[in-house]
Amino acid sequence: MKKIKEKKQPKVLVLSGYGLNCEEETKFAFDSVGGKTDIIHLNDLIAIPKILFDYDILVFPGGFSYGDDIGSGKAYANKFRNHLKKELEEFLQRNTLIIGICNGFQVLTNLGILKGALSYNKKGKYIDRWVDLEINGKSPWLQGIKKISLPIAHGEGKYVISKKEYEKMRRSKEVAFVYKKGEICQFQNLEPNPNGALYDIAGVLGYNGRVLGMMPHPERAIFLHQSPLWQYKKRESKENKTKRKKKKDINGEGLQIIMNGINYFK
Amino acid sequence: MISRIYITQKTDDSRKKIYLKSLRDLELKGKVDSVSIIDSYTIDGHFSIEQISNIGKLFTNQVLEEFSINKIHVPKSTNYVIEVGFLPGVTDNVGNTAKETIIDYFSINKNKINIAVYSSRVFLIKGKLKASDIQKISLSLYNPLIERSFVYKGIVVYKNKALPLKLPQVILEKREPVIKIDLNVSDEELVKIGKEGIMDPTGVRRGPLALTLPYMKAIQKYFLNEGRNPTDIEIESLAQTWSEHCKHTIFADSLDEIKDGLYKTYIKGATNYIRKQKGLNDFCVSVFSDNSGAIEFDDEYLITHKVETHNSPSALDPFGGSITGIVGVNRDTIGFGLGAKPIANVYGFCVGDPKDKRTLYRSRDKKQKMLSTKRIINGVIKGINVGGNCSGIPTLSGFIKYEDRYRGKPLLFAGTVGLIPKKINKKPSDEKKAKVGDYVVMVGGRVGADGIHGATFSSVTMDSSSPATAVQIGDPITQKKLSDVIVKEARNMELYNSITDNGAGGLSCSVAEMAKECGGVIVDLNKIPLKYPGLTPWEIWISESQERMTLSVPKRKWEVFKKLFESRGVEVTVIGEFTDSGRCIVHHNQKKIMDISMNFLHDGLPKKELKTKEVVFSYKSPELPSGIQRTREFLDLLSQLNIGSFAFISEQYDHEVQGGSVLKPLSGRGIVNTDSQVFRPLLNSKKCVVLSSSLYPFYGDISTYHMSACAIDTAVRNAICAGGSLEHLAILDNFCWCSSNEETKLWQLKESVKACYDYAIGYGTPFISGKDSMFNDFRGYDQKGNQIKISIPPTLLISAIGVIKDYNKVVSPEFKKAGDIIYLLGETNNELGASEYFRMLSKRNKKEDEIGNNVPKVDWKKNKKIYSALEESIQEEIISSAISIASGGIAIALAKSSIGGMLGFRISLEDIKGEAEDIDSILFSESQGRILTSVPENNTRKFEKILKSYKIAFTKLGMVEKNSNIIILDKMGRKVIDTKVEKLYKTYHNFSNSQK
Repeated sequence: MKKIKEKKQPKVLVLSGYGLNCEEETKFAFDSVGGKTDIIHLNDLIAIPKILFDYDILVFPGGFSYGDDIGSGKAYANKFRNHLKKELEEFLQRNTLIIGICNGFQVLTNLGILKGALSYNKKGKYIDRWVDLEINGKSPWLQGIKKISLPIAHGEGKYVISKKEYEKMRRSKEVAFVYKKGEICQFQNLEPNPNGALYDIAGVLGYNGRVLGMMPHPERAIFLHQSPLWQYKKRESKENKTKRKKKKDINGEGLQIIMNGINYFK
Repeated sequence: MISRIYITQKTDDSRKKIYLKSLRDLELKGKVDSVSIIDSYTIDGHFSIEQISNIGKLFTNQVLEEFSINKIHVPKSTNYVIEVGFLPGVTDNVGNTAKETIIDYFSINKNKINIAVYSSRVFLIKGKLKASDIQKISLSLYNPLIERSFVYKGIVVYKNKALPLKLPQVILEKREPVIKIDLNVSDEELVKIGKEGIMDPTGVRRGPLALTLPYMKAIQKYFLNEGRNPTDIEIESLAQTWSEHCKHTIFADSLDEIKDGLYKTYIKGATNYIRKQKGLNDFCVSVFSDNSGAIEFDDEYLITHKVETHNSPSALDPFGGSITGIVGVNRDTIGFGLGAKPIANVYGFCVGDPKDKRTLYRSRDKKQKMLSTKRIINGVIKGINVGGNCSGIPTLSGFIKYEDRYRGKPLLFAGTVGLIPKKINKKPSDEKKAKVGDYVVMVGGRVGADGIHGATFSSVTMDSSSPATAVQIGDPITQKKLSDVIVKEARNMELYNSITDNGAGGLSCSVAEMAKECGGVIVDLNKIPLKYPGLTPWEIWISESQERMTLSVPKRKWEVFKKLFESRGVEVTVIGEFTDSGRCIVHHNQKKIMDISMNFLHDGLPKKELKTKEVVFSYKSPELPSGIQRTREFLDLLSQLNIGSFAFISEQYDHEVQGGSVLKPLSGRGIVNTDSQVFRPLLNSKKCVVLSSSLYPFYGDISTYHMSACAIDTAVRNAICAGGSLEHLAILDNFCWCSSNEETKLWQLKESVKACYDYAIGYGTPFISGKDSMFNDFRGYDQKGNQIKISIPPTLLISAIGVIKDYNKVVSPEFKKAGDIIYLLGETNNELGASEYFRMLSKRNKKEDEIGNNVPKVDWKKNKKIYSALEESIQEEIISSAISIASGGIAIALAKSSIGGMLGFRISLEDIKGEAEDIDSILFSESQGRILTSVPENNTRKFEKILKSYKIAFTKLGMVEKNSNIIILDKMGRKVIDTKVEKLYKTYHNFSNSQK
């Protein structure tokens, strides 16, 4: 993936520390589509909160902050709010974007930036597999996407929300996407909603779609080889004898979400 | 002041159903109607009511939960309330996070912290239950070695709205800090000290030192020359350093005619030979000398690998043993060179049969009950789950083997692959050296009584004297913080000169080991931060409290080092200084309590001369099924636990973090477990790493030589099938033996190690790292109080690691498309001895020792050609799938490829090469060196041309079919197997699905 050279490179801050662990591949994904990404430890941000003003996109990446002790995302959110409440409010007042992925989504709900909460998977176990999603919400992050297949890996991914709140969110297009049987589920005969999320919700939006929280990992689906379907698609493309390899043949579907984030600032 | 906060779930809590199911599985007399869980935090500290209320809010997610202070609200209908918390001193990760949250919220000065938080879980149980039921339920909810449980009547708790307060504080009695040991005693007393430990002033022995009489005599002589008696810490320290666990004496000592010992002659010997042969193509960089072994990845990077065992602790506390195993081996990566980044985890479990309901005790009075097989299995699986998932390291490769003889002592393998630039600031990253004058710095967790005598404990048979304190619970988040700051920051800032893991033997081993690099060390034990007061010096020195590493930090860099680590939430302490005095010196309360020469400490242990005695085994073969139809046997075999799917394990481990997955642990439409896994460590490089492993413990019942040969062959073949190359493939050994003080067991070991030499050299795959665990025996009592001994079968795990040039060429095992042609490469011989098929038949016939004698034998010269032919075909991108034929033979390999693709096939066995004649041998023989591939029709000419150019035996078997029919015809054209792929899918996944 060539870096897109533009005059202005959107600046991305990916948080790290206390057990977050997807910061490196998340940075790679944003950089690969033209972002300029810094990984910043929560304590370094707390030490100099004003550096947040330099950034266009704030990312709460996946991981296991504080080992999910006292509840997933809770302790990291407590610490963040305790020191950075004002700065976060100011950040949101600007025309910025936020994405929380997996543990990052859990942090965002605990911070109260996004509605609802994430609870234990219905079977009580951590699960790593792929899911199919249908896009319902309206957001810069979701531009031009109707359906998408991405991997999940979590133990507390069951989205919980009251019926009343849900109706409100649905009307205001704040349900980002729902689990829905698609290519992957058909391929491996999987149940569409793996964790028992209410209303099949896999991700939600806030602040006019500028804040996206999602359980699936787009940064783990930026190459086609990461997909369970890769071996078959490889075979198909060989049979179609398209010797010229297009970028499309290498890229994974998740890259579109990342790219949308970057393109918002162009 | 002590306050309690109770957190109750407002919405439907998924955990309820899971607990209910597990309690209903307990075979109770009554019936459990429902279970719910309240999380409790007991806070010891001075806070106002308002402050406690604020803490309650911090601990509560308002959408999901609500909290109450000091009052617990249970429904009137609750029959029983069971509270489960940790025993004093056991790592309480949740409590620690809660404490940290409080400290941060109130901005409490870290030096003035005077609070403690203890977490516990309260189970509310409804149902008509007998007293014996409640006892059973309680026992299923906690492990008495690390936890405690209190049972209350529901109605009492309902009325009182409170639970009694029982803080799990550690209160250690004041003890004599250092005692002198009189070594001018009889040999009997020396033996006793060595076996049962030093006698405390209270008259209790401290636990196994695993020092035999010759070792005790050497210590006696040394201190005679020193003109004084040793202190307890000196003896304890020597016991740790000289333990089988640390020194691997069985592999080091001379054995029969092998004067240099097994390790130097055969393992290291093979690697040295291969490296010389490879000349300029030698890819080994750092082997056997560091915490992990390292090979080249590309021009800029090295990859490291290390596989550990953590068997003894896993028998006592499977969860704690397993999480400590995986988190511990991560430190072997972080401790490689100047610090490698962990990029993949591997695991392996050898456990008893889950259907085995035998009750075993460690003591005659039936007081120390062994955990059930099911508990052990669930525990070890969960340990890797939490350890791996929390650390952000993909857990890619693994296996589980079931067999009765692992009932007493299960085997727990845990390994980690690392990545490190070859050069850091232009200096070789694999070289490190503590310098004279450097600070000795301990980083990470604090020291407690956990894990005392871990190294010596694992060097002996497990029985009633096995210490409970030998168990630790890992804390992956403390370690993740430690790992990140070392590998991602401090390393490149050159803040330290050397680094090593604090594993077995704790500081006593890590500090003394690092001190070798400069020639001496002096340590002040008063500086070491403790979890709680009251530990004696020897305990501090040898404690195996987890998540710690030892670094040598130049004095002028200390301030920067300290500031960086503290800003990442990692505790660091200067505990001493490296010297060139030639002595290892330890102080406590301004007194010198240890002063031993470095030479004696490391090389003073007397060499033994081990002898072996040949042992030959002979078995009958089982009676074979009559007729020619084998569909039933085929399906039965596919449903064997050692052959069927273990997707329920693979999918609960995060195998996609770090974003590099290419060939996953599960593959294809029908989700089959892959035999090798491939990933890209660097997302901007096409190069990838292939991992695989193999073990055949049951072959060892016939011959440990062939068992080892087959393990190497299969590990290599698995890697080749995915796209690996013999040019760039290394292996690792893990020997798990039993009763290694018996001459016949040593003979079996010698045979096994000889095979390692022969086949490593044959394939040109060097050993780069290894580990052994020599006493996997359980001595205890059965239900009737009869003494029993359960020993594991001698087990050798071979792990392979290699580099693949281009991920685009990686091949998965499942059939891809109808019309593809199926080929069998290699020869099939009558080699059903100890095969899965014979073992199944012998069990079915209730004659379990009828496992046959024809164990597979490996012809590496022939096989090497097969592997080269496959390698070339994969490079040419002309094949669709490749799967290694191993346990279960051709039939099972076909089944897995078929399930993976959810496609049928029709094949004929007419033209099979090799000596196998009868249908059982042809279908199920486990002859090595064979591969099953499918090839698009238009590539078959090209493929056969390659095969012919290598002059290898191959057979065109038939075709992948669009319909779901599975048809196998024998030499006469008769249907020997006739079924459907859906049936195979169901059979293969049956057990795994039942575990989800």
